[in-house]
Amino acid sequence: MPEPQPYDPAIAGTGAGGAMDLAISEGSSLDGGPGGLPKDPSEKARSLWSDALRDLRRNPVFIISGLIILFLLIISLWPSLITSGNPLKADLSKAQQGSSPGHPFGYDPQGRDVYTRVVYGTRTSVTVGVCATLGVAIVGSFLGALAGFFGGWWDSILSRISDIFFGIPVVLGGLVFLSVVTGSTVWPVIGFMILLGWPQIARIARGSVITVKQNDFVQAARALGASNSRMMLRHVAPNAVAPVIVVATIALGTYISLEATLSYLGVGLKEPAVSWGIDISAASNYMRNAPHMVLYPAGALALTVLAFIMLGDAVRDALDPKLR
Amino acid sequence: MSDNNTTTKAASVPQQRDAETATPLLQVKNLAKHFPIKGGFPIRRTVGAVQAVDGVTFDVNAGESLGLVGESGCGKSTTGRLLTRLLEPTAGSVTYRGQDISHAGRKQLAPIRSEIQMIFQDPYASLNPRQTVGSIIASPMEINGINPSGGREARVRELLEIVGLNPEHYNRFPHEFSGGQRQRIGVARAIALEPKLIIADEPVSALDVSIQAQVVNLLQKVQKEMGIAFVFIAHDLAIVRHFSQRVAVMYLGKIVEIADRDSLYLRPRHPYTHALMSAVPEADIDVVKKERIRLEGDVPSPISPPSGCRFRTRCWKAQDKCATEEPPLVQISGNLPGHLTACHFPEDPTTERTQDIILDPALVALEDEPAGGDKA
Repeated sequence: MPEPQPYDPAIAGTGAGGAMDLAISEGSSLDGGPGGLPKDPSEKARSLWSDALRDLRRNPVFIISGLIILFLLIISLWPSLITSGNPLKADLSKAQQGSSPGHPFGYDPQGRDVYTRVVYGTRTSVTVGVCATLGVAIVGSFLGALAGFFGGWWDSILSRISDIFFGIPVVLGGLVFLSVVTGSTVWPVIGFMILLGWPQIARIARGSVITVKQNDFVQAARALGASNSRMMLRHVAPNAVAPVIVVATIALGTYISLEATLSYLGVGLKEPAVSWGIDISAASNYMRNAPHMVLYPAGALALTVLAFIMLGDAVRDALDPKLR
Repeated sequence: MSDNNTTTKAASVPQQRDAETATPLLQVKNLAKHFPIKGGFPIRRTVGAVQAVDGVTFDVNAGESLGLVGESGCGKSTTGRLLTRLLEPTAGSVTYRGQDISHAGRKQLAPIRSEIQMIFQDPYASLNPRQTVGSIIASPMEINGINPSGGREARVRELLEIVGLNPEHYNRFPHEFSGGQRQRIGVARAIALEPKLIIADEPVSALDVSIQAQVVNLLQKVQKEMGIAFVFIAHDLAIVRHFSQRVAVMYLGKIVEIADRDSLYLRPRHPYTHALMSAVPEADIDVVKKERIRLEGDVPSPISPPSGCRFRTRCWKAQDKCATEEPPLVQISGNLPGHLTACHFPEDPTTERTQDIILDPALVALEDEPAGGDKA
């Protein structure tokens, strides 16, 4: 039977102290000093943003959705580029007629050209989507970032308020709010979306800021005597903004469909405004006889929402690969 | 780390300290930090406190390097953050050059911020990934409104060279560097304002062993050339021995022993220090093999630390007195001046011991198994 050998770390080969002594005395340059980096001096410095952009450019989902969105933006700014018609010109004698030369999508129940109305409806949808998203992102990230950064009672109050807003059913809230605040423009609808949408972004921003705030580099800035605003703007915000952008981009699509929903229910936009929701609503009674009057605006709506959600997905993959 | 080196340094340390004890750079008295634990519904109340640091007293002299060692969770890092005033102490005082900064606001701290700097443990978390190396290192100058002659950029390049990085990498981002290089950037940021005191919170623990040596050497070079005092927080006794002139051993929020390096490493008195020393792996096979001390169990919870001496629950010499009376941190008989120990029943001042002390029955069983120890 062999002699019991007590465990000796040095013999067993952990010898951390020994390895260190060796390295100290030799002063080796394993970690490279000046020469240890990628050699090419012309290599451009890359930030995480430019990394993300490079990822995006290679992503077919981003390219396809980007092209669709670019097209939508252009025709919402200059609808006359692809149609010469007037979306309000009605010719009852042509009501519900199918497609004909010059009028590829046919006519709606009022005898208006569906193609022209779909094109002009883009402007409404894009305006609502973009403005609501911007408003929600600004209000939500501002309040959420404050709550996350300062914490304390301000955080508690804000979190409870956002809980309350989360409890409001969107469509019911829209019916109530928009039957009080009326108008035929897009602004009451956008206002309602900001009112109900900010808590979502505020939560994301709050969580993101809390995560970033705990990083040592924020503490390092504090140790250097940096002010709160400097820490917030230089150190916290740039590192916390990615999740906000991702969620906002995905939400953009849902705001567009929410506008259509509210308009369909008769509380969003109202005639004479041109909106896909209004057209779907007006045409849905004739669905069996003339389905084209519903299908074209609905198709445009679906394509637009899909494009924005795909864009959101691509942006998320690029900015936060961990979520993939 | 040669023996000649250590002895010559040790000889010069006492005189140096005598000259400077008149005005310690940093005085810490009975410093405490308790983190409240909130609980209860609907109104959250404080139901307890994590006593991370509980009554710590020490001085740091100008140009001196004080090592702070102890196991994980003993309050080393919290102490470091109290010294840089990233945290506000619950009790006690931190005095920097005669000025009490324990509760100073941002405005009062502003002039001191540039003199006390910090190096962080994790080189991946301590650099803002969205800033270039240039703006990271320039930020201390920017925040404190300092415009060196020749401009900030020239100064940053100079600093990069001092810490052994290529000045051409000014415009790169932190993620393009290795861990050791990132820590060098952290060092450059810390020395940018030529501080008087640097709190290094485990500056090399996150690094590869071979890189640790380089960063320690860099810190040592910086300390010698710029005369910066260091509080060097670490759990690696070999590195602390290499770096520090004085060493304090912490256990559960308290200092149990503080002494000049050689006094502590060669003539430790506190049983906990003995246990730590015996755990240091010995690489030299010619040295007489030291017997080891195996402690039992874990560090007690800092939420309700043991009464009296905090180490008594794991100490092989503990008696009734240890539970009732807290040992003061004093110079016990047989110690050199400046060697303070908090223990009622101190060990002999030696690191040689004749017999293993094994407190954990599970470890005894392991020792008894033939060959088991070798394979483990």
